[in-house]
Amino acid sequence: MSLIKHILVIAELDDEGIKPSAYETVHAARLLADSFNGQVYVFCFGFGSPDKAKQLFNYGADRVQVLNNPLYNTISLDLGLIAIEPQIIKDKPYAIFFPATTHGKEFAASLSAKLNVSLATDCVAIQAGKDNQIIVRRPVYAGKALLNLTLNGPGPHILSLRQNTFRGPGPDFSRVGDIELLDISVSNDQRVLKVREVVKEIGSQLDITEARVVVSGGLGMQQSKNFKLLEDLAQVLQGAVGASRPVVDNGWRKYSNQVGQTGRTIQPDLYIACGISGAVQHLAGMSSAKCIVAINKDANAPIFSVADYGIVGDALAIVPYLTEEFRRVLAS
Amino acid sequence: MRIIVCVKQVIDTAARIEIKDGKVDGAGLSRVLNPYDEFSIEEALKIRESKPGTKITLVSLGPESFSDALRAGLAMGADQAVHLLDPAFDGLDSLAVSRLLGKAVEFIGFDLIFCGRQAVDVDMAQLGPALAVYLKIPCVTVVTGLEFSENWSVAIATRQIEGGSEIIESPVPVLLTCQKGLNQPRLPSFKGIMAAKKKQIEIFDADKLGFVTPVTTNEASTAISTGLELPLSRNSVEILDGSINDSVAKLVKALREKEKVV
Repeated sequence: MSLIKHILVIAELDDEGIKPSAYETVHAARLLADSFNGQVYVFCFGFGSPDKAKQLFNYGADRVQVLNNPLYNTISLDLGLIAIEPQIIKDKPYAIFFPATTHGKEFAASLSAKLNVSLATDCVAIQAGKDNQIIVRRPVYAGKALLNLTLNGPGPHILSLRQNTFRGPGPDFSRVGDIELLDISVSNDQRVLKVREVVKEIGSQLDITEARVVVSGGLGMQQSKNFKLLEDLAQVLQGAVGASRPVVDNGWRKYSNQVGQTGRTIQPDLYIACGISGAVQHLAGMSSAKCIVAINKDANAPIFSVADYGIVGDALAIVPYLTEEFRRVLAS
Repeated sequence: MRIIVCVKQVIDTAARIEIKDGKVDGAGLSRVLNPYDEFSIEEALKIRESKPGTKITLVSLGPESFSDALRAGLAMGADQAVHLLDPAFDGLDSLAVSRLLGKAVEFIGFDLIFCGRQAVDVDMAQLGPALAVYLKIPCVTVVTGLEFSENWSVAIATRQIEGGSEIIESPVPVLLTCQKGLNQPRLPSFKGIMAAKKKQIEIFDADKLGFVTPVTTNEASTAISTGLELPLSRNSVEILDGSINDSVAKLVKALREKEKVV
């Protein structure tokens, strides 16, 4: 039996359904698979109703398998590999795509060592090359430079895809399919890692790597409580709140909100930098946002060198007006 | 407790990156210990403080200059340092590096291995998990909190995931990759710096590690670099001036009608 050339996407399912990063990953896999008349298979981890995974068909999946074993209700690396590895050996995918999340990157790196194949982390562009090649681009030095790579050989090539980068036109409801439930026999003693607890961050709905709008504050916000102004603006724009490194080092915001080379690299549609001067490390983490707005008292601040729009002035005074104006126009 | 800390030297994060012939032009740029490795070393030191008799060994594979990164870790307080140094190691891919580090740490012996979450130059986040695979030990990445059971046989790690965190239990030995938030790395003391200068860095070469032919990745998938480039430069900024009301109204209009991002 000849195997169908396909791309395998590893997706996560939770009580809220499929994460946007999984749809993006399936969309990117669809585009590449179309270039060689291939298929897109999806393998879903996690808990929640398997029906929620049906939407993956709308985004381009040809086959969706959901693990049907309560041991997989939490995502752990060791049991995950026990489930994925035999599938890969059986199906021989040409490429394996992961969203570049904490779980995705951990699986991708472990799998590259297990299968002894190359890995491309945090890809921001993927295209088919000649002779079976895949050409990818990935940021290095937190985005200060971009590395172009050619992946050669029959595969599997392992890629993780940067969140917020591969957004497609949205669901195509004419594409449908049935979920396959997959029983993986695994016993409790094969479990080495125990996920004791999964804690969701309260308050902020969105992670800064997943948000389309990020409102970020620097030392110009002057004190911790003034971040309420940014939370209000983010809420009106359905976005998330980020911060510069000094703000996090002062303990005003949590580290998971830090944008920059020793924090997180993000690519939202809109980044609003409030009272951030724009150190090199910070610019590395946000300068690939589609549109950048800077609000800063100092007209010579480096942040203006990467901004599309700038307002020179005190963010504390300006942000409330901005929130009000957005509230007004979005309500009308 | 025998703790291994894998470290790397990287270009200072404050540096601007210039490209020459498709590669980073590193001439004249200052180099530092990978910032995430500082969290690894600090965590190892904290464990040694609560568990006397613990020995901390730094391990690094890289050119001659990497000895500075090892010295920086010794100055923080690590007990010894091993440098995997041999011309035969030049240009190895990251899986080959992981394998060699695996051989070295098996040679040294370990109960715990710490790596940085990623090196801030290549940003691959591959070495830690790959090393754990070769050593056949469990791995938890992006750790922001760490505790142990009373008899030190179980590690309880908190780690960051998108929109929250997880608490994961793992038997020891385990490999953990460290993230900011785990601790506050100490600055080396003057005494520490002086002591580090006197310490001998042990060299493991190709012979010692039984490294014969270059181990590359499987031919089923190889990644060939076709060069680096700088991100496209952005258009110059449009400053919206006038009263606060005016500039805010202009901004909202532009973001909605021209940029269509809201």
